[in-house]
Amino acid sequence: MNIQVTVNGKSHEKEVDPRLLLVHFLREDLGLTGTKIGCDTSQCGACVVKMDGVTVKSCTCLAVQADGSEITTIEGIATNGELHPVQEAFWEKHGLQCGYCTAGMIMTTVELLEKNPDPSEDQVREGLKGNICRCTGYQNIVRAVLAAAEAQRS
Amino acid sequence: MTTRIFGSGIRRREDPRLITGGATYTDDVQLPGMVHAAILRSPHAHAKISSIDTSAASGAPGVVAVYTGADTDGVLNPIPCAWLPPDCDIKAVDHPAIAKDVVRYQGDAVAVVVAEDRYQAEDALELIKVDYEILPSVVNPEAAMQAGAPQIHEDAPNNQAFHWVADGGDSDAAFANADVIVKETIIQQRLIPHAMEPRSAVANWTVAMGELTLWSTSQNPHIVRFLGSLVTGIPEHKIRVIATEVGGGFGSKLPMYADEMIISFCSMQLNRPVKWTATRSEGFLATIHGRDHVEHVELAATREGKITGIRSVVYAGMGAYLSTAGPGVPTILHGLIYSGPYDIGATKADIYGVFSNTTPVDTCRGAGRPEATFLIERLIDLLAVELGTDPVELRRKNLIPKFEDGHDVASGITYDSGDYEPLLNMVLGHVDYQALRQEQARMRERGAYMGIGVTCYVEICGLGPSQVAGAVGFGGGLWESAIVRFHPTGKVNAYIGTSPHGQGEETTFAQIIADELGVDVDDVGVIHGDTSNTPMGWGTYGSRTSTVGGAAVALAARKIKEKARLLAAHLLEAAEADVEYEDGKFFVKGSPDRSKTIQEIATMANVAWNMPEGMEPGLEASAFYDPPNFVYPFGTHLAVVEVDPDNGHIEVKRYVAGDDCGPQINPMIVEGQVHGGVVHGVGQALWEGVVYDENGQLLTGSMTDYALPRAHMFPDMEILSTVTPSPHNPLGVKGIGETGAIASTVTIYNAVIDALRPLGVTHIDMPLTPEKVWQAIRQGQGS
Amino acid sequence: MFATEFEYKKASSISEAIQLLSSNEGAKILAGGHSLLPMMKLRLARPTMVIDIGGIEEMRGISVENGTLRIGALTTHAQIADSHVVQEAAGILWETAYGIGDPQVRNRGTIGGNVSHADPASDLPTVLTVVDAKFTIQGQGGITRRGSRTVSAGDFFVGPFTTVLAENEVLTAIEIPVLAENQKAEYAKMAHPATSFAVVGAGVVLTVDNNNVCTAARVAVGGLTPTPTRGPSVEAALVGKELTDENIAAATALIDGDLGSDILGDIFASAEYRRAMAAIELKHAIFHATGLAHH
Repeated sequence: MNIQVTVNGKSHEKEVDPRLLLVHFLREDLGLTGTKIGCDTSQCGACVVKMDGVTVKSCTCLAVQADGSEITTIEGIATNGELHPVQEAFWEKHGLQCGYCTAGMIMTTVELLEKNPDPSEDQVREGLKGNICRCTGYQNIVRAVLAAAEAQRS
Repeated sequence: MTTRIFGSGIRRREDPRLITGGATYTDDVQLPGMVHAAILRSPHAHAKISSIDTSAASGAPGVVAVYTGADTDGVLNPIPCAWLPPDCDIKAVDHPAIAKDVVRYQGDAVAVVVAEDRYQAEDALELIKVDYEILPSVVNPEAAMQAGAPQIHEDAPNNQAFHWVADGGDSDAAFANADVIVKETIIQQRLIPHAMEPRSAVANWTVAMGELTLWSTSQNPHIVRFLGSLVTGIPEHKIRVIATEVGGGFGSKLPMYADEMIISFCSMQLNRPVKWTATRSEGFLATIHGRDHVEHVELAATREGKITGIRSVVYAGMGAYLSTAGPGVPTILHGLIYSGPYDIGATKADIYGVFSNTTPVDTCRGAGRPEATFLIERLIDLLAVELGTDPVELRRKNLIPKFEDGHDVASGITYDSGDYEPLLNMVLGHVDYQALRQEQARMRERGAYMGIGVTCYVEICGLGPSQVAGAVGFGGGLWESAIVRFHPTGKVNAYIGTSPHGQGEETTFAQIIADELGVDVDDVGVIHGDTSNTPMGWGTYGSRTSTVGGAAVALAARKIKEKARLLAAHLLEAAEADVEYEDGKFFVKGSPDRSKTIQEIATMANVAWNMPEGMEPGLEASAFYDPPNFVYPFGTHLAVVEVDPDNGHIEVKRYVAGDDCGPQINPMIVEGQVHGGVVHGVGQALWEGVVYDENGQLLTGSMTDYALPRAHMFPDMEILSTVTPSPHNPLGVKGIGETGAIASTVTIYNAVIDALRPLGVTHIDMPLTPEKVWQAIRQGQGS
Repeated sequence: MFATEFEYKKASSISEAIQLLSSNEGAKILAGGHSLLPMMKLRLARPTMVIDIGGIEEMRGISVENGTLRIGALTTHAQIADSHVVQEAAGILWETAYGIGDPQVRNRGTIGGNVSHADPASDLPTVLTVVDAKFTIQGQGGITRRGSRTVSAGDFFVGPFTTVLAENEVLTAIEIPVLAENQKAEYAKMAHPATSFAVVGAGVVLTVDNNNVCTAARVAVGGLTPTPTRGPSVEAALVGKELTDENIAAATALIDGDLGSDILGDIFASAEYRRAMAAIELKHAIFHATGLAHH
């Protein structure tokens, strides 16, 4: 089946098998391997991307469902070589160790702060419940999200 | 004088690629002509393979090849176990890469399909027909040793893999003469280490060269090369293992797995690159598990609360085969550390390694030491109840006094340095322990159940020295090496043998080098994880990377500096004795304007236009560091929990981690290691646990059943530290990667039991799920 | 991880979806995909055709008319959780939607897909039962076949993963009576730590007069029974009583008698435990609903 998807501002037209998952389409057909696969049950959030303005787990979405949509991945949030404030904050606050959950964490955070620019620590922790990290104990991720919120507000 | 960057919490050098999606993990590798493998795994825990019919699968769309154990038999050697402790009658049973006659756990590899894409490979797996004759199975390690239990390996009677005893001091006398003995049976439940990156391998065999390149999700690529050579028969110099970007390990990427060898075999058969990436559910079955002890433990003490002995009988599950380091975990990493931070006259660890029809067991963050810390600290809390004393005062009374250079404990090992009481006091002062106890009493009066857990621990890490490695049956060395090289422009690369995968050594090692050589930390790059361009190393595990690998880096840098000094003397036309160094500059004593920067010297060394006679060109050095002893970090952790007796729900209210890992190269990274370790250990206490049914079927087979800690389940931790340098390594540093997991499980556990003591609860098996807590309360109250 | 092969059709209208469903055996409706796709990836579901209804605009939207809140079946949990209309009309649903899964699940998962899947551990069946929601179901027209029909939530769920939906029917909308000012509604759950699914969930809608006396009550529990279970004994015990700690505790304890014998259990929580927790969660829900949330 033929689909057209705009990813990080670039339009792609591809023939795909209906059963192809969006995450496999992004990683293998488009070579955007920044989006990761961490589980097979929609639990871990490593594969989170933005689709038409909201975050989705791209392992729980068929590529054909994305036909006609606009997608942003971790590769697409820095502008003109400048890191997104959320990327900056993750770096500054040591919000990552092995880096495997990071793309999903950052994409989730971008939406979280769009919906709530001044979240409490509890709201941040609640907002990250769909993303699993095994390295950080979440503490510095939470700090990073709060720091990004502050940076974006000022 | 330059400000030392050692000790500074600078942000990490490796992060830009990780926060932009630019890093290349194994599953991100795409090679021209690459095909995809999927592995058929036994659905049964124990069965004879009567027949396998692969004909339908072979003809399925996109399928390139199907192989079974008949194909790999005799081509791939058995998967070796690399840690065979001596004097324990260990049975190093054969572990075929693909099972040929018998499958011994659910997940044992039975066949492999290679196809043009992964979807096709999965489709074809379903077409392979295997006839199994199901055999009886056993999963519990204690049950597996009972008479009449199903036998898993012909050459391991009673399923006994080994029987290892460490008996230090006179434990029989200690228990015979004890005023008080407390006993407990502890189930250290099976865990799934669960790195976020599933295991993956890309094998690329080039037939013309007879060379194999293997991208592998490994914590120790050089060990994969070493053991991979033994399995495949490819000479070691013709194997290149790449593990430059690895998404977490926690022990699960330390072993040498069958799967990576199967994928290499496929590539060699097909002369094409082959990729295999485990699905998460597949990983639950086929990536090692951790812990799995059934422990009968007891402690002897005087009426005054002086601990005189600790002893155990432990049934340690090994799974169906001995995994790479599996036998070392309940023995060397567990049984030798029963003294903890306490002065205890006698300790005895009586450890049975046991085969069962389960996924093989190996290292999981802390590996052996969380289990040891748990039993010591649990027994002390039981003793406190028995004696009616405060558990903290009981601990204080037994702490080993401060020592700076060596303290022998009953098991025969020698702690490096320790000063335990200040950290205990710091943690207690931080929370105002007495006030907490008063609050607890007030809350109990109104029927609210708050509990406090306090743990003092010592752990053994920084794995080396090699002589000890040999003596304890570790099939390799435990030294590390590094090459540090100045380039012509005065920039530096370090090539290291350890293989960090999240721990941040690209940053901390650059900090070490920057200080040693007086260069900017941004001018230092650290290369790791590729056997083709890094020197031999034994890997990143056992909290050894900074203590052993970091020392090698520092020593290499110091060698360079010595050479640079000689070259500086030559260029400055001064006597060597008159050349002084400060701040990255060599100058002539008394005339600081006659100077050369180390970068200028590096340039000269590289162009070699003007070298002293007999001096080789270049400015680089390699160093090998074999530590004279392990290191022994220590600390005190404290948790405050509240338990709702209505439903058994536990809420962690506070968690304070006080740790001493010696001087901290980068405190931000140290804190991050503590955070992650603590939450990992709390996961074991509260949520995580593998469940098999009686037929060896894994019931916690996906992330929907096996609960991992998430952001909303735990509060902000409070981090404290002291600094007690290790006397024996060049940097004085001790490990920090595992301390959190070593201390936190029992800290939470003791806090929960402390909360529930008024309700008659003395024991609950982990994980402390709401139902188990609720049931324990009901039993405690006799209802 | 890898679904089996299927034919993919995108339906542009409800009637087209029903047409496709009627004429293709083994076809499945795909809404947000958060119930069906996980099953397909594990190969537990193997539809021969997937009918994507995600683009059918007439199945979306939230509105209030004549005291009824109407939510299109394709409305996502996030849209419900972000809707002030839902917040004012049925706060219990608004809050429950926010507690479903995680942000990404809420962004894709739909109310219609969720209830059609009829997972006993899902929150919405219990909540929609307790608020007495009406489900609009569209089938094929004509004399011999069912056209449109309305089924109350209490009748919609037949068993675990089973509803009254016929093979060729689609749930198109859900209608909920707008809660009155004196009605207090709340949902409380014990969430599974891995999935946030309800181990035990309890919903209440209480009408309370100025003297804090309960004049009408609907309660339901879920998660522990194959389908949401009403608590008539609890309701009867609440009505006419002042909502004190003691009266609430006494009334909620009666849920045990309403549960029947078919109680679900698993390795995380046994049937015995869940049975005991039904009263606890009901109590929590009532405490929250009435502002007695000091426990």
